[in-house]
Amino acid sequence: MTHPVLQGAGPQAATATVDANEAVASVAYRLSEVIAIYPITPASPMGEWADAWAAHGRPNLWGAVPRIIEMQSEAGAIAAVHGAIQSGALATSFTASQGLLLMIPNLYKIAGELTPFCLHVAARAVATHALSIFGDHSDVMACRATGFAMLCSASVQEAQDLACVAHLATLRSRIPFLHFFDGFRTSHEIQKIVPLRDEDLESMLDAPSLAAHRARALTPDRPVIRGTSHNPDTYFQAREAVNPYYQALLRIVAEEVERFAARTGRHYPLYEFFGHPEAQRVLVAMGSGSETAAETAEHLAARGERVGVVRVRMFLPFDAEGFLRVLPPSTEAVAVLDRTKEPGAIGEPLFQQVATALYEASYTTQQTKPPIKLIGGRFGLAGKEFTPAMVQSVFEELAAPAPRPRFTVGITDDVSGLSLPVSEQSPEEPEDVFRAVFYGLGSDGTVSANKSSLKILGEHTPYFVQGAFVYDSKKAGAMTISHLRISPHPIRSAYLIRRAQFIACHQFSFLARYDILRLAQPGATLLLNAPYGPEALWDHLPAPVQQGILDKQLRVYAIDAHQLARELGLGVRINTIMQTCFFALTDFLPFEEAAKAMKEQIRASYGAFGDNVVERNFQAVERARDWLSAVPIPSAVTSHTSVPELVPAQAPEFVRRVTAALLAQTGDQLPVSAFPPDGTWPTGTARWEKRRIAQSIPIWDPGVCIQCNKCALVCPHAAIRTKVFPPEAAVSAPAHFRSVPYKGTDFPGFVYSVQVAPEDCTGCELCVQICPAKDRRNPRHKALEMEPLADHLQSERRNYDFFLSLPEADRTRVHLDVKGAQLFQPLFEYSGACAGCGETPYIKLLTQLFGDRILIANATGCSSIYGGNLPTTPYTTNAEGRGPAWSNSLFEDNAEFGLGMRLALDHLSNRAQHLLRMMATEVGERLVEALLHSPQDNEAAIAAQRARVAELRQRLARLRSSPARELQLLADYLVRKSVWIVGGDGWAYDIGFAGLDHVLASGLDVNVLVLDTEVYSNTGGQQSKATPLGAAAKFASAGKETPKKDLGLIAMAYGNIYVARIALLARDQQATHAFLEAESFPGPSLLLAYSHCIAHGYDLRFAGDQQRRAVQSGYWPVYRFDPRRLAQGLEPLQLDTPEPKIPLADFAYQEARFRMVEQLDAARFRKLLAQEQEEIRRRFRLYQELSRLRSLASEPSREEP
Amino acid sequence: MMKLTTNYLGLTLPSPLVAGASPLADDLDTARRLEDAGAGAIVMHSLFEEQIELEELGTVHGMNVHEECFAEALSYFPRPADFRLGPDQYLEQVRRLKQALQIPVIASLNGTTAAGWLRYAALLQQAGADAIEVNAYRIVTDFSESSAQVEDNLVEIVRAVRARVHIPIAVKLSPFFSALPHMSLRLAEAGADGLVLFNRFYQPDFDLDSLEVVPHLQLSDRSELTLRLRWLAILYGRLPVALAATGGVHTATDAVKALMAGADIVQVVSALLRYGAGYLTKLHADLRAWMENAGYESVEKLRGCLSLQRCPDPAAFERAQYMRILHTWHPSSL
Repeated sequence: MTHPVLQGAGPQAATATVDANEAVASVAYRLSEVIAIYPITPASPMGEWADAWAAHGRPNLWGAVPRIIEMQSEAGAIAAVHGAIQSGALATSFTASQGLLLMIPNLYKIAGELTPFCLHVAARAVATHALSIFGDHSDVMACRATGFAMLCSASVQEAQDLACVAHLATLRSRIPFLHFFDGFRTSHEIQKIVPLRDEDLESMLDAPSLAAHRARALTPDRPVIRGTSHNPDTYFQAREAVNPYYQALLRIVAEEVERFAARTGRHYPLYEFFGHPEAQRVLVAMGSGSETAAETAEHLAARGERVGVVRVRMFLPFDAEGFLRVLPPSTEAVAVLDRTKEPGAIGEPLFQQVATALYEASYTTQQTKPPIKLIGGRFGLAGKEFTPAMVQSVFEELAAPAPRPRFTVGITDDVSGLSLPVSEQSPEEPEDVFRAVFYGLGSDGTVSANKSSLKILGEHTPYFVQGAFVYDSKKAGAMTISHLRISPHPIRSAYLIRRAQFIACHQFSFLARYDILRLAQPGATLLLNAPYGPEALWDHLPAPVQQGILDKQLRVYAIDAHQLARELGLGVRINTIMQTCFFALTDFLPFEEAAKAMKEQIRASYGAFGDNVVERNFQAVERARDWLSAVPIPSAVTSHTSVPELVPAQAPEFVRRVTAALLAQTGDQLPVSAFPPDGTWPTGTARWEKRRIAQSIPIWDPGVCIQCNKCALVCPHAAIRTKVFPPEAAVSAPAHFRSVPYKGTDFPGFVYSVQVAPEDCTGCELCVQICPAKDRRNPRHKALEMEPLADHLQSERRNYDFFLSLPEADRTRVHLDVKGAQLFQPLFEYSGACAGCGETPYIKLLTQLFGDRILIANATGCSSIYGGNLPTTPYTTNAEGRGPAWSNSLFEDNAEFGLGMRLALDHLSNRAQHLLRMMATEVGERLVEALLHSPQDNEAAIAAQRARVAELRQRLARLRSSPARELQLLADYLVRKSVWIVGGDGWAYDIGFAGLDHVLASGLDVNVLVLDTEVYSNTGGQQSKATPLGAAAKFASAGKETPKKDLGLIAMAYGNIYVARIALLARDQQATHAFLEAESFPGPSLLLAYSHCIAHGYDLRFAGDQQRRAVQSGYWPVYRFDPRRLAQGLEPLQLDTPEPKIPLADFAYQEARFRMVEQLDAARFRKLLAQEQEEIRRRFRLYQELSRLRSLASEPSREEP
Repeated sequence: MMKLTTNYLGLTLPSPLVAGASPLADDLDTARRLEDAGAGAIVMHSLFEEQIELEELGTVHGMNVHEECFAEALSYFPRPADFRLGPDQYLEQVRRLKQALQIPVIASLNGTTAAGWLRYAALLQQAGADAIEVNAYRIVTDFSESSAQVEDNLVEIVRAVRARVHIPIAVKLSPFFSALPHMSLRLAEAGADGLVLFNRFYQPDFDLDSLEVVPHLQLSDRSELTLRLRWLAILYGRLPVALAATGGVHTATDAVKALMAGADIVQVVSALLRYGAGYLTKLHADLRAWMENAGYESVEKLRGCLSLQRCPDPAAFERAQYMRILHTWHPSSL
């Protein structure tokens, strides 16, 4: 079959509708022999394309398939590249942001050694006060001093073309290139482009330069030595020896640009002017923002305004002469826009280059007019929109008698007053550009449908197309917004649509929550997916929507796509249906032709999934138009339903002021003063975001319930909870609130309740599936059953509010086991994790057991995203205001970051103890003794210690001395705190392994929780060293051929580390014990937690069964290794798994990641499976042997008689 | 020289002992060993309509539903070029078996609707299958569905397969028909070239701890043979189709009985799964020894000799319930 990736950008295609990642990767792939990569957003797709092409056997320009290798980090990737290019190969890599920063040391080396190489960067913000995955130039600007040439592209076509120029120029010049384009805005934007054919590349490649590169290769046949170490006598001069190469570089690049133009007709001057030929006010910018700026300048110039834009493509080396050449002599004022921030610098990097160029020009050339006024500003940080209105505001600033020398544009800065005012009256887009905006859910396939439509329009019509896609910050129930432009002219508008002729809302519930009509222009078409017929629909629309339709005179069409999808067996996927409606309501293509094209696309996209799936989608194309109908619009608003407040009035002030705006999607309007300056945010905000994304929720039948608490244990979102409370606490309970007498002995006479949070539940059904309580008379009926949210929302919301108001259980009385732990309040709730997430139940359990006294160091990845991604975050506090303190440093450094926390805690706790001893007589010897020697090894002891600290505080309050004041501040450190280092397998097994190893070896009391999904989940399922043998993952598409790294065994080898391998849904008691033992172990602990994941390819509601299969087959043997047991004469390793009792195949067959390997090559899969089965057997025997080993000292001596 | 060759579905088989539908044919080496052990033909495990459909839908759901949801991960799986769900692997195995073996390869198709999946029949033929065994049994739980409808549906499926292929079709039947002879006749008219008696099914069992119904399939035992003997004997010689026995054949004498009842071939599965492909060699040796001992020089000679038409006491097949029999009188004496 033909994979869609090979369509479009295929070598013979006249045009292709692709994003920049694909377009750039296609060039880099064909011009490379070694491609070493590491996944990082938004550059990951480039590596994935390369991997997919290599798996397809697509050759490079020399007829060979490039070797794609995924490394353990970007530092590893660039080092592999360094080795490859030093040894004569042509290599490339793709990265962004933190990944680029990790490469920096090697970039210096590669440039210093004059090695041809091109690195492609989807430029992205660098994490500072916060991480952001979105585009700006802060990453590339950190590489200015490396010696790399820096070339910037502003659009998809340009990114492809300049990628080519960069590869050509580096080979000729020997100067390595960093080619960059804006992350997401360009990397993920779909445009119709002219692809470069193999023969284009071939004709431009300079063979002698390639031969010279080969000749410089390290080889024992012509040995040389590189990477020597110099002394003061040589280093400086040798460093200056490169200068001629840099001097020649600009000429070479200019020549390559010309050759490229000659070949393709597309010309990319290194500096290019757009606008009025006699411009007085000129804006200088790079990247996608310069497209918008140029478009706006030309628009204004056409109106007679003397404005213009210089687009900078060659940033380094900066060609001052070249730049000045394109600046019109009429220029009076220049504003330089940088998409980065350098706190403390006199100006940002591009500004500084321009300033230097202008200044030097002012005395080196004859000046007959006053010097050019120069100002500089920042725009577009981390993907902030940059619109024509903002461009206009910069021009207006330049016209001011005294323009701000430094400014920002695109935000309101009420703190430093730097921001430019932006007028609402911005230039309109031409009417012949068709603009459509689609609101959908990620899971309903809206984005896929739109990408498909763009491809169809791009390939079947002469129109130019553009697609930009905005995704949610939550993974479950994620909303997507697609912005599509279709135009008879090339599209340069690098900003989201502001007024649309077509609005589609693919989920009816959005109408009640978001201002869906905001972007609709008068007379626009509104397409609704609605569960009502055209006659009944109007009355179900909220009043503001009705008003909007009337005010804007929208033409409304509706279809019950969900019903049709159900009839066709397509589940929640309404993509084909809605796509068909789009083509039915627009006239870019005759419908029959569109239908034919859609079917071709369907075959390309779904062919691999079999005829069934294809056939069902074909039927969607055939039937959707008949289901679509125009909605009659009455003349007046009839509805009384309004859009509810997003955040309730009782929320904290910060939440009402800031969070609510983010939820309403008006965060862009918040001024600087709304934000904390240091990245410190309040916790516990997720509770204010009520998302109501479940279609159905679990409803509890107390009569059947056995009070095992497993439902609460497995809930990924803390949306089903259990409580015990005295009966009198429930006297004012709502009418439908349910409770029963509690069966446990720890709270005699209490009552018990299981309660769902109806607006926070994602409907994943894990709780219902895991529930073991069946009605003995009718076993189909369980204690939990899914029922429609709409039927229960009102009553369950009241019940849940009441449930939350009930007192928490006395922690000192709770029996610490699976059931007991679920009576503790979770201090991690309603996260943005996927529905059915396998990681979050561990984190929730962690916060239940120790949440009021833990610090969490969280590696970047899924857990840092659902743990700390705005607008709302899940870590919260208990009634005393205590809760987890959480921070994310980086991906690679998490273990060390956590170790630092431990060191600080130890120091502050020691200091508090020292002060306490010092003040023993003043505060009381007995209290001091008790405080110093409390074992704090259980809940009661910790509660007692907290009481002592409170007592201490009271006594200290009476004292005036400086030690007393200091101890007052530090007293809480007398309560034991634990550090949890949390991250995924990508961190622990790969990028962070060296640090993790060091921290584990340190002997310090830290606890490491590895949420092992066996792939890089957050970046989309790339293999890690935790990926099992036989499973498919990105970069192991035919199935991984090497076994999973045994991280537990490595850690056990130290002998003094607590290690446990756990699977919460399969062995909950063992997992709970492991948490307790790890926390109490006075040294390093490592918990390896089996975490099911959407990247495994099955319906996660069955994750409980699947985890059991994982354990029963020996695929995931659970064990605990506790060094403390040695002292008791016991074997430290307890193998908590019995002999494997089901074959591995029973587990593996259930997951698409294994099944797809079987589909590829059944015989090979059987071989891999047999290998893994043998590996399981071998590993089990090994663990069995280890579990018999005690300390040598405890074995009887052989010398004894 | 003992003659074991037999005719089945118009194919000439070197032996009446055939490796029945099972995973044995999934592995080329095992298939070769079966041929070496004298298997007359090999029947592949079923290509299941429902399995294909569920796998396709399950996989597309598992892989696609999370795509394009989150900016950092627009997909979660690689898409290798030759990844393709559906019957491709099965078809490939047909091709491989055909290349590796001299004996006929019979593909098996399992489905319950006369719908799109039947196109696989043509694909199986194209891949080189010598014949197709159609397995269309389903449990009827719909109270509005009559036995006539069930039978019509089965006939419809056979007719649809017949319309798509020219290679022989055998229909694997369940014993649960009110009027099996009539049904057999209808199937023959619809285009069946052979009938395979009988299918064996997963049966429900109860897990009393979890209060769950646990379906399972046990390997057959010899006691199951007698049901086959009865119906083979009744159908033998009355229909223009071949007959195959399957279920309960564990020894050479079991095979002899089935042949004597009227089977053209005898499919062996459970015994091979239990004792391995090599067991077929022993079965052949035992069969030869028995035939030699009993004075049968060919399979043809013993075939059908104890069928309803030829056996000394047809009533032994016709009688369903125990009753005291008067052996000293017969209605024909009237």
